[in-house]
Amino acid sequence: MPSRYLWRVTEQPRLAEQNAAVLLPEPFVKWFGEKGWSPRVHQLELLAKAQGGQSVLLIAPTGAGKTLAGFLPSLTELANRPKRKAGEAHRGIHTLYISPLKALAVDIERNLGKPVEEIGLPVTIETRTGDTPSHKRQRQKLVPPDILLTTPEQLALLIASNGAKRFFEDLRYVVLDELHSLVISKRGHLLALGLARLRAFVPGLQTIGLSATVAEPDELRRWLVAQNPSGEMAGLITVAGGAKPDISILDSRERVPWSGHSARYAIPEIYEAIKEHRTTLLFVNTRSQAELLFQELWRANEDSLPIALHHGSLDVGQRRRVEKAMADNALRAIVATSTLDLGIDWGDVDLVVHVGAPKGASRLAQRIGRANHRMDEPSKAILIPANRFEVLECRAALDANYLGAQDTPPLIKGALDVLSQHVLGVACGGPFDADFLFEEVRSAAPYAALERETFDRVIDFVATGGYALKNYERYARIRLNKDGLWRVSHPSVAQQYRLNVGTIVEMPELNVRYVRQGRGMAGRGGPVLGKIEEYFAETLRPGDNFLFAGKVLRFEGIRENECVVSNGAGANIIVPSYAGGKFPLSTYLAEQVRAMLADSDRWKVLPEQVADWLRIQEEKSVLPKRGDLLVETFPRGNRHYMVAYPFEGRLAHQTLGMLLTRRLERAHARPLGFVATDYSLAVWALDDMAALFKAKKPSLGQLFDEDMLGDDLEAWLNDSWMLKRTFRTCAVIAGLIEKRYPGQEKSGRQVTVSADLIYDVLRSHEPDHILLQATRTDASAGLLDVSRLGEMLSRVRGRIMHKHLDQISPLAVPVMLEIGKESVNGGANDTLLMEAADLVEEAMGRG
Amino acid sequence: MNFSLSRATLIAEADLVGIAGERAVCDRRGVLYFPDLRLLAVSDLHLEKGSSFARRGALIPPYDTGATLLRLQAVIADYQPRIVVSLGDSFHDDGGAERMHQSFRERLEAMMAGRDWFWVAGNHDPDAPADLPGETVRELAIGSLLFRHEPSKLRVEGEIAGHLHPCARIVQRGRSVRRRCFAGDGGRMIMPAFGAYTGSLNVLDRAYAGLFRLETLMAYMLGAERIFAISGSMLRPG
Repeated sequence: MPSRYLWRVTEQPRLAEQNAAVLLPEPFVKWFGEKGWSPRVHQLELLAKAQGGQSVLLIAPTGAGKTLAGFLPSLTELANRPKRKAGEAHRGIHTLYISPLKALAVDIERNLGKPVEEIGLPVTIETRTGDTPSHKRQRQKLVPPDILLTTPEQLALLIASNGAKRFFEDLRYVVLDELHSLVISKRGHLLALGLARLRAFVPGLQTIGLSATVAEPDELRRWLVAQNPSGEMAGLITVAGGAKPDISILDSRERVPWSGHSARYAIPEIYEAIKEHRTTLLFVNTRSQAELLFQELWRANEDSLPIALHHGSLDVGQRRRVEKAMADNALRAIVATSTLDLGIDWGDVDLVVHVGAPKGASRLAQRIGRANHRMDEPSKAILIPANRFEVLECRAALDANYLGAQDTPPLIKGALDVLSQHVLGVACGGPFDADFLFEEVRSAAPYAALERETFDRVIDFVATGGYALKNYERYARIRLNKDGLWRVSHPSVAQQYRLNVGTIVEMPELNVRYVRQGRGMAGRGGPVLGKIEEYFAETLRPGDNFLFAGKVLRFEGIRENECVVSNGAGANIIVPSYAGGKFPLSTYLAEQVRAMLADSDRWKVLPEQVADWLRIQEEKSVLPKRGDLLVETFPRGNRHYMVAYPFEGRLAHQTLGMLLTRRLERAHARPLGFVATDYSLAVWALDDMAALFKAKKPSLGQLFDEDMLGDDLEAWLNDSWMLKRTFRTCAVIAGLIEKRYPGQEKSGRQVTVSADLIYDVLRSHEPDHILLQATRTDASAGLLDVSRLGEMLSRVRGRIMHKHLDQISPLAVPVMLEIGKESVNGGANDTLLMEAADLVEEAMGRG
Repeated sequence: MNFSLSRATLIAEADLVGIAGERAVCDRRGVLYFPDLRLLAVSDLHLEKGSSFARRGALIPPYDTGATLLRLQAVIADYQPRIVVSLGDSFHDDGGAERMHQSFRERLEAMMAGRDWFWVAGNHDPDAPADLPGETVRELAIGSLLFRHEPSKLRVEGEIAGHLHPCARIVQRGRSVRRRCFAGDGGRMIMPAFGAYTGSLNVLDRAYAGLFRLETLMAYMLGAERIFAISGSMLRPG
């Protein structure tokens, strides 16, 4: 009964009923009456604003009937529309619904179809996604449905097609679902540009944004409307959260480990919780954690409860089966990563278990909202910290949740690679005038501050690559004609554009193909279990066992673009690590954890073993005051260690570690390495760093000076693999290199040009090229978290507390345990070659 | 041995190997130098690959020809060879030499002046490059050596070829390192591609089947500062 979530019986004030009679057409009122239901206040409020000509942002928790609220303005208007007379032209699309997930569009088609049918509305609803067959797409262009449910990429394609303006001329509303998740990525930038284009086609267009609670609603309100004049905002309707969730932190009988992320210690207690509930949703932060937790749960699963696994690397077919079983309430538990974060109906979940710290208060709230789609009943959740610092973090997140605090990240400026893609798309749709397009682009909130000079460079890039060496004029993709309009120079340009549209760039991946054991590489045919990243597969040796799709698999070898595996076993099992997927600790939670450390009164709410750990730290070393940065130094073995506790998240700490080691090297401290966690950072060296600080060569204040973000950062950045990785993404989005599709790999490395090579050549010949600028901006915000590091360095200026110790402190133990587990991917590859070469020389007696 | 290795030994990052009894220096920059013959071999320059892609709509930076020539200039300045053999696929396509910017043409001609220069025909550039000096040959035999673009299916002692763009991969301490390499078994040597935009193919790929005696196969992997000689048994596919 999906409509349960759309229309609900609630106590309504009389006023709302009167409003309903005014706002809703007769068939709606009648239908409500027959069902014995009545619309909710916010649904009517949204309808009133929309009918008054406003765009609206609706912020509401899961289960508030958000989706229907979003469609009510369209449905009521369509109900009142006069019938099409025979011979009259087909009407265009009336409402466009855009969601981040294909599955969500399909879900909505089902849920919306039923009331439409029962009310007897003459409304057609169709989806258009990457899965829509081409004959249906063709037909949709000739005979469009009234409501089209689609994704940002499909919108980009529609805009880039011939006659886009005519196709959209009847458009009245754009409904944007899960807006909070759309706006934070490059997909959001592409969508914002698409919206600006639609507004240029249809000036009176209204938008309706549906979102979970966010820290800055005004950012989303601006996002929804044209920014001319800038600062314009959509109307806002906020629905207060339902019942407060019932969240607890596991107070384990077992010892909470110092470090690590597996939470293996808590498996028996998690299993008990699963047994006590109908359906449990278990969230973890990464795919590797999902694999591990799933494996451990099955080991404990004496009752053979149906427990399933769901993450983004698994085969789509398998994911769909798990989703269906979940919706049918056939599962007792499901282990999942963020693939399930978004609002699809998941049946009757009555418990959410979050394994590992949630990293952000808003993220926790959104995940807990998953349990129980009925907003008037409290959701129940248990947090399982995987280590001691996570206990503090979980506590901070829990407090924030009760306070209703939000820490969604601020929106970032529109990316230039996305703008390049859009400009080419616009040209594919028809000739454009650069002045008009510039104004249109600036009306999209992410690009409101775009400068004309930058825009012109983007156009130049789209046309000929934008190189200082003007070599490619004759190969231009778009050309300025005598009439002052830009046009694509050849139809093949549009073809190429269509193949490369979108902003989601996957790392190179291999299909995991399962064959029967003993057949080795000769085995053929078996099922595909999912995908793993190529660089992980490359570290495997035939015979290695690794964990994937909840199974232990034996690596047989790589065949073309497939990783061939068979049944595995054994004790030495490797867990694949996946790039990305690790969220850094939010600034807000970091602040809360620092506050908690500084205030011993608040330790009372912590489990005894954790409070004890902090008390001993206070005895043996010191705990930093709220705004201070504690730096400890101590000798161990024949090395000297420095541990700092900024609590700024792993990415910012990694960047800091790189920069500190460079500086220490210059100060001749002979640093050997560093390791970073979400909470702290350890650097080790051959020389006594404490002695250096004492002699002020350099002082600790100088070492942590903000100026490290200048030349040191620049120098390190240029050689960093992170920059290459980011460049590849930018180059694909900007249309410089083509997306790789499965099966193309065979055509070979010899034929294509790798992004790394292009990066090297471009960097040495034109370091200011617009694509390199875009890359640096991206890396600073993303993988490097430079802005956060900068804020921290300026905050702790003059507030660095140095404590020299004879031995390791309790607080330092977690990060020290990480040493050796995770190596920093630096420039040491030649060292590995050297080792291999030496082995040869030794064996050959040449050494 | 009493032949002069003065130039080669000055360049410490190179490695001395024997091919069919002839001494050669594998330079980490991807060229092969025969001190006795004062001959420098370089393979798969793929000049004008950038503009070749641009022609088909992929506007990748037009700096590859400049970058490749700059590196070639540096090794020629170091070794001062009497003979230069460019082992085929010197240009990415037939029109490459024609498209080349005048400044690059001049730089190339300056390098060619005063030495014998052979353009071995490749599959990408079967014909002589337009308006450039030098002699275009299908293959070239000098002493016990035979220079050709594609390695032959039959075993030929002393064959120096390119075409396949070899690279090798090792895994050490759980990490994977892939580099371009020279691949040789003492009888035949396949050279790495030199061009700035050239990709590579693992020496364990099927395409190399039957080309080497596996017992004596060595990959001379190009490091940042030197060459690393890795025996075939340590290499990984992929």
